[in-house]
Amino acid sequence: MTDTLDPRSWLYPTPRGLYCKPGDFYIDPAVAVPRAVITHGHGDHARPGHRAALATPETLAIMRARFEDMPDTQQQPLKYGESVQIGEVDVELAPAGHILGSAQAVLAYRGQRIVVSGDFKRRPDPTCPPFEPIPCDVFITEATFALPVFHHPSDMGEIGKLLRSVATFPERTHLVGVYALGKCQRVIRLLRAAGWDKRIWLHGGLMALCKLYQEQGVDLGDIAHVGDAILETFRGAIVLCPPSALADRWSRRFADPVPAVCSGWMRVRARARQSGAELPLVISDHADWGELCQTLKDVGAPKVWVTHGREEALVHMARSIGIDAEALHLAGRDEEDG
Amino acid sequence: MQAFAALLDALSYQPARNAKLRLIETYLRETPDPDRGWALAALTGGLDFPAAKPALLRGFGEDKIGPELFHWSYDYVGDLAETLSLIWETGPDAGPPPTLGEVVDTLQRATKMQTPAILKRWLDALDATGRWALLKLLTGALRVGVSARLAKQAAANIGNKSVDEVEEIWHGLTPPYRPLLDWLLHDAPKPSTNAGGAFLPPMLANPIERAELEALDPAHFRAEWKWDGIRVQVAASGGVKRLYSRAGEDISAAFPDIIEAIDFEGVFDGELLVRRDETVAPFNDLQQRLNRKAVTPKMLKEHPAHVRLYDVLWLEGEDLRALSFDQRRARLEAWNAEKPRARFDVSPLVIFTDWAHLATLREQMTSDGIEGLMLKRGDSAYLAGRPKGPWFKWKRDPMLVDCVLMYAQRGHGKRSSFYSDYTFGCWREADGKRELAPVGKAYFGFTDEELRWLDKWVRDHTTNRFGPVREVAPELVLEIAFDGIARSTRHKSGVAMRFPRINRIRTDKPAAEADTIDSLVRLMP
Ligand SMILES: [Zn+2]
Ligand SMILES: [Zn+2]
Repeated sequence: MTDTLDPRSWLYPTPRGLYCKPGDFYIDPAVAVPRAVITHGHGDHARPGHRAALATPETLAIMRARFEDMPDTQQQPLKYGESVQIGEVDVELAPAGHILGSAQAVLAYRGQRIVVSGDFKRRPDPTCPPFEPIPCDVFITEATFALPVFHHPSDMGEIGKLLRSVATFPERTHLVGVYALGKCQRVIRLLRAAGWDKRIWLHGGLMALCKLYQEQGVDLGDIAHVGDAILETFRGAIVLCPPSALADRWSRRFADPVPAVCSGWMRVRARARQSGAELPLVISDHADWGELCQTLKDVGAPKVWVTHGREEALVHMARSIGIDAEALHLAGRDEEDG
Repeated sequence: MQAFAALLDALSYQPARNAKLRLIETYLRETPDPDRGWALAALTGGLDFPAAKPALLRGFGEDKIGPELFHWSYDYVGDLAETLSLIWETGPDAGPPPTLGEVVDTLQRATKMQTPAILKRWLDALDATGRWALLKLLTGALRVGVSARLAKQAAANIGNKSVDEVEEIWHGLTPPYRPLLDWLLHDAPKPSTNAGGAFLPPMLANPIERAELEALDPAHFRAEWKWDGIRVQVAASGGVKRLYSRAGEDISAAFPDIIEAIDFEGVFDGELLVRRDETVAPFNDLQQRLNRKAVTPKMLKEHPAHVRLYDVLWLEGEDLRALSFDQRRARLEAWNAEKPRARFDVSPLVIFTDWAHLATLREQMTSDGIEGLMLKRGDSAYLAGRPKGPWFKWKRDPMLVDCVLMYAQRGHGKRSSFYSDYTFGCWREADGKRELAPVGKAYFGFTDEELRWLDKWVRDHTTNRFGPVREVAPELVLEIAFDGIARSTRHKSGVAMRFPRINRIRTDKPAAEADTIDSLVRLMP
């Protein structure tokens, strides 16, 4: 039976997103749908307006914080490792190691198992449990950093660069561009682990999600809103802000700041220069090339479908080790955070 | 090597001139000899070893990860040395990374056969930043936004000296510059300036427009044609004869015909040209000579070089730079009158009564070898750098032509996600049919906003694809500006433009009304 079942017959891309027919639900759809399974809270995966949404309790909390409480969405929390039946499909969520609450959707139907990994990374992250490789028949993987040039160095090494720069320019303010969801809180935790116990200042746009992380039990130490504090306060300080704020009026309140950006894209000079960073830090919430290749080996799936990013390179690599790989074009996936 | 790599890395992200200076100064103070001297040589373009060929690097990369993955990686990163540095991995038992002195020393001795093995060993031992710096050094293109002048300024700063003082002795020195650094850092005696044929920092002009001239008194100014060659300095003393580019690069080796013809002592400012039977050849001809490492007898015969002199800085042991332009000019003319020389002549003054008269002369001059006019105050001393006020360049207006966009190609690096290289054409009749013939390629001249617009237009009007190239519907008119045009056998259309750039996007103009090849040919001198 399983030998003859074509996985494409029960899970396939549609203009609204990836659709699971025997369960009649979409995974991370691009538009509002009657029933959605959400892998994690980033904007290109979690959208408002679904009639019913299934996700981890943490992801649902993030969605409520972002989408004005979602009173019209019937919310179905599912913890890691628990399973539920939707239509004829068994659905389970497994840790993806990407951000707080991020999950892989494990779908089983007539003895066949497909894992939709969403976004993931393999290295430890102090804000979420690590990625769990699940053996499966079809593995659906992201390809954000799927080129051999992307090798994320050790995150503590990158944090060390930031702290060295703070020591070299004690009179300047270090403005660190981070994405509000995930990267921000991870960088704070990494700074704490590196021994930075001073107050970390935050741009207003980062406050709400930091508060949510704290409520979910992630200890961020002494953090405070930049607000109207006077300039003198920020000499030698570390201030986190969304990357877009580095170039706008807001950043002009600091005297001679050192702009830093934390992202996997910082590995490539042209991209780093484009970001305006004087201090590019390669810290990413996505798997790098080595992690992507290792993951395909770990899950051992004979078939791999590759979504958003540099699909062609990963498809090429997978085929070279005997995996039946192809690109899957999904609507609504941006080149995101990194 | 790691300290040098960290310096290059920091420089490449540092936009501010003063911060760049501080980074170089700190490095020069803190790094021991001879590495700091080699670094100074690298930053001033003074290192000379056989450059690693791009093919070698590409071969390394393809061996490492296969040609397809390497190709995609290079296409994304946009820089060969950087791509290789990123895909390579530090070897587990590669030993300690090399010092900069060791790299320079080894490469200067190594044979061509040995180089690849040595290079691989170093790539294994360095981290990604170290590999990037090593490969930049080897390919001879640092591109970290530091000019030779800025590096010399940093060197001068560590010894509280002026950069002109450093420039004056520079060409008597060789890397790793121990006497220079000892003078700057340890109060050792100043290295001798008597070494012959030293490069003297040149005086540069500021651009000016017609309207701005009205504020100036024409009686104070002398005019010369601005020749379309390259600015050079001819320096000869004590039997040493040299030809320098404007930046102080020694280009003597490429121009033995000029060097042989030097039968005088002095330092002159002039324009390097290719000249055949009294006529200045198009810039293209000079370019043939510039791009060659070895000069063949055929090249010397068919592209004879010539220097048109317009200033004299030193003459027979006497420094003339403090004299006025008029006084130097009189000395130059007298010197030239003593003895005519085949490879050297003096650029004549353009005589004019007022600005309107000069404007007319400028418009009437249609020679291909002239880019515009130079205006110099008669009372100006020869000052290094680009002082405001004494010297101006009044360039010819660019030529304009309306072309039709035919193909677009993706850019590299920062522009890799945009269609930013444009091939455009003009109309011609062939067999009674009207068709577009490509006449050139442009990849600048537009704003970021225009680039986004063009990129979208290309995507929306694609009719065909060939790899990274898209063919588009022949519907968009681009106004192309360019500085000159010459006959070319390499281009299908038979013409080659100089510095073509997109001046305006003419959405208002129907493609059928774009220019014809014939109208382009008529623009030729
Ligand atoms: Zn994500
Ligand atoms: Zn994503």
